[in-house]
Amino acid sequence: MQVSIYRYNPETDLKPSMQDFQVEIPNDKDIMILDVLALVKEQDDSVAYRRSCREGVCGSDGINMNGINGLACITPISAVTKKDKLILRPLPGLPIVRDLVVDMTAFYKQYERIKPYLQNDEATPAIERLQSPEDRAKLDGLYECILCACCSTNCPSFWWNPEKFVGPAGLLQAYRFLADSRDTHTEERLADLEDPFSVFRCRGIMNCVAVCPKGLNPTKAIGHIRSMLMERGA
Amino acid sequence: MANIRTITFDGLIVGGGGSGLRSALELSQSGYKTAVISKVFPTRSHTVSAQGGITCAIASNDPDDDWRWHMYDTVKGSDYIGDQDAIEYMCSEGPQAVFELEHMGLPFSRNPDGRIYQRPFGGQSRDYGKGGQASRTCAAADRTGHALLHTLYQANLKNNTVFFNEWYAVDMVKNQDGVIAGVIAICMETGEVVYVKSKATVIATGGAGRIYASTTNALINTGDGIGMALRAGFPMQDMEMWQFHPTGIHLAGVLVTEGSRGEGGYLINKDGERFMERYAPNAKDLAGRDVVARSMVLEILDGRGCGPDADHVLLKLDHLGEKVLNEKLPGILELSRTFAHVDPVHAPIPVVPTCHYMMGGIPTNIHGQALSMDAEGNDNVIEGLFAVGEAACVSVHGANRLGGNSLLDLVVFGRAAGIQIEKMLSQGLEQREASESDIEGAMARLDRLNNSTSGEKTADLRKELQNIMQNHFGVFRKGDFMQEGIEKLADLRERINNVHLEDKSNTFNTARVEALELKNLFEVAESTAISAEGRNESRGAHAREDFTTRDDENWLCHSMYFPESKTLGKRDVNFKPKTVPTFEPMERKY
Ligand SMILES: Cc1cc2nc3c(=O)[nH]c(=O)nc-3n(C[C@H](O)[C@H](O)[C@H](O)COP(=O)(O)OP(=O)(O)OC[C@H]3O[C@@H](n4cnc5c(N)ncnc54)[C@H](O)[C@@H]3O)c2cc1C
Ligand code: SF4
Ligand code: SF4
Repeated sequence: MQVSIYRYNPETDLKPSMQDFQVEIPNDKDIMILDVLALVKEQDDSVAYRRSCREGVCGSDGINMNGINGLACITPISAVTKKDKLILRPLPGLPIVRDLVVDMTAFYKQYERIKPYLQNDEATPAIERLQSPEDRAKLDGLYECILCACCSTNCPSFWWNPEKFVGPAGLLQAYRFLADSRDTHTEERLADLEDPFSVFRCRGIMNCVAVCPKGLNPTKAIGHIRSMLMERGA
Repeated sequence: MANIRTITFDGLIVGGGGSGLRSALELSQSGYKTAVISKVFPTRSHTVSAQGGITCAIASNDPDDDWRWHMYDTVKGSDYIGDQDAIEYMCSEGPQAVFELEHMGLPFSRNPDGRIYQRPFGGQSRDYGKGGQASRTCAAADRTGHALLHTLYQANLKNNTVFFNEWYAVDMVKNQDGVIAGVIAICMETGEVVYVKSKATVIATGGAGRIYASTTNALINTGDGIGMALRAGFPMQDMEMWQFHPTGIHLAGVLVTEGSRGEGGYLINKDGERFMERYAPNAKDLAGRDVVARSMVLEILDGRGCGPDADHVLLKLDHLGEKVLNEKLPGILELSRTFAHVDPVHAPIPVVPTCHYMMGGIPTNIHGQALSMDAEGNDNVIEGLFAVGEAACVSVHGANRLGGNSLLDLVVFGRAAGIQIEKMLSQGLEQREASESDIEGAMARLDRLNNSTSGEKTADLRKELQNIMQNHFGVFRKGDFMQEGIEKLADLRERINNVHLEDKSNTFNTARVEALELKNLFEVAESTAISAEGRNESRGAHAREDFTTRDDENWLCHSMYFPESKTLGKRDVNFKPKTVPTFEPMERKY
């Protein structure tokens, strides 16, 4: 199979280019794209990409495969290739460190910005804080985010305003804490988000939902935040 | 040549998994200048993959539950070479450590009364084995590790811990007095080599399952901290003890949590028989992991394996119903559909015992202080060095770890090490200095790699190493076969030392990191091999075909591997808990 990979090493390359590799797929099995990358790396170990858990829970290997953002380790060849051609590029919209490795600083900054930790000013009980199964269920579909950045790097609003628009991943986490019955800082959290950019730059085009490898729905969470902000304003 | 940048901290934690982040949190909360170095962004550490839960007697499912019962199970599970003072500490401090996680925001699953949900796991009992199966594993669905790791990272953000993410620690800096004064690390983004100096260095680098060809472990689990400690000349404890998890997905190695059997799933052979009823009539599928894994291998060897090659068995879950599976095991549904192409709602999952957890590691006391041993066999604290988590051997798991006890180990001893360092710093612990030549010593390995002009490829050597370990040091082991394995490893040592790094560039050079990791894998593999060959008995996860029974007379002890002489010694097990009577060794039945 022919695999075309985005190459750029700032030490040696003036500009990025695509490099083609011919990869022998063992027994023509439908292996994962991460396995394909490992086969490429056996040919040329200068090809750089991130990876860790290889089972879709650590969020390291978000890349763009034939135009679609996703995790290389849980994407089989058949899910993205047409006509036996595979084009691998880094996640769009972030600066490139090298090859498929992007600089995620802007992405992490927006995550930190929403104060991604529980805040509760009440006295700490001797045992755990109680939470009903119904209240706990409100966190499902939110807490599972693996910070892979597939969504935010598929979002045009984030491309244009990575400093001011929190982006789908950050907002999903913002809502995760707004929705937590144990968090008492709802008011402060909303106040931090009410400017015209942080939330309201979302255009609701659901590019984020389409690519989330964990099946999460940032747009819906953003909708909830919007309603909370509107209610608060009213 | 050692004119490299130096950065200085009160406490340095090498590793951003659950154990490292818990240590870091303790220190940064008390205001000390604390740094975490991690070769991946912290939430990409292997702790994120933990599924089933964290075992601890918080008595939410069973109001009568008692940490002493948990202690009994853990001692028995360890096949009696877990240190009883350490197990006592872990089980009794555990509830506090788990409540703290909840207060930080960990989204545990809940019972109707609002308390934390607990599920049954293997090897758990009520009333010291007399009261039947217990439900003691606190869970956030089957994503407990993810929830735990993200929560701890978030808590560190809140407390301003300094993170050096995607920095790779190469070796420890050891001064002429044998004191550890920090590490040499590479900033992967720029390739800059830096001396990170610290009054206390905590090794929290996790496991090394990648020494085997088939493992549930992440690709980054290469035992770097173990490699560093061995190169610094420090001994390792119980390195023969590797846990093979019963339910790794056939061919992929991806884990299916024991919680799936806790929720009512069970194993069947090709005849559809629930064979664990024969091997462990009481606990059945929830016997100790070593017991279940061996039973599975015996079924396969006896010709009752499944599939065209009769090389695996099946884990049946469909009878639990779609609702329970969606609610309690959503991650397993995902993994099974992706990696086994099987939907557990309708069909059983093909599984096989797979390398999962390193019980051995850097020996420590219950304060996380790393230990070496003097000529008379006495423990010596290694100044400046601490170890926590899977890289450490404190030892609460002995010869076989119980499910859910690792996450507990991470937070209890991560916290304990933090408390100890905090105490020492407040009493005026001083920075010990390292000379130019000490630093150069720590750079030697990196220099050699950077100057390599010929030699074999990392990927080829790594495969060879993994195959040797898989074939010669698997679930069942035999003396002559292990000796053969040791000879093969000896041949590999020089070749791995001479590995060729073709790409010498600086920017995010993953080839360099993988070559450095390979050397650590080798150190872990060699210490495993020599320790396994030396322990002439069967105990816990260490099953020998030529010594089939437990030998308490000679081996009711830890093994100690000394890297300089490549010899094996013994260390006493602690049988003196402080608040409960000793649990005396008994025959282990499930
Ligand atoms: C699939 C799976 C499921 C599991 N499920 C459970 C469960 O349900 N319950 C349970 O109790 N246990 C479970 N375990 C075991 C448990 O998850 C691990 O033992 C535990 O998470 C290890 O944590 P740690 O903090 O020691 O290391 P890790 O989480 O592995 O972290 C190691 C850290 O060290 C860093 N590091 C390593 N080398 C270097 C270096 N050279 N330089 C810089 N940084 C470095 C890494 O970047 C990483 O941050 C499971 C294990 C597996 C494989
Ligand atoms: S729905 Fe909003 S956040 Fe999602 S891609 Fe569109 S603009 Fe971005
Ligand atoms: S919401 Fe989904 S796509 Fe976005 S960072 Fe989280 S897991 Fe990745």
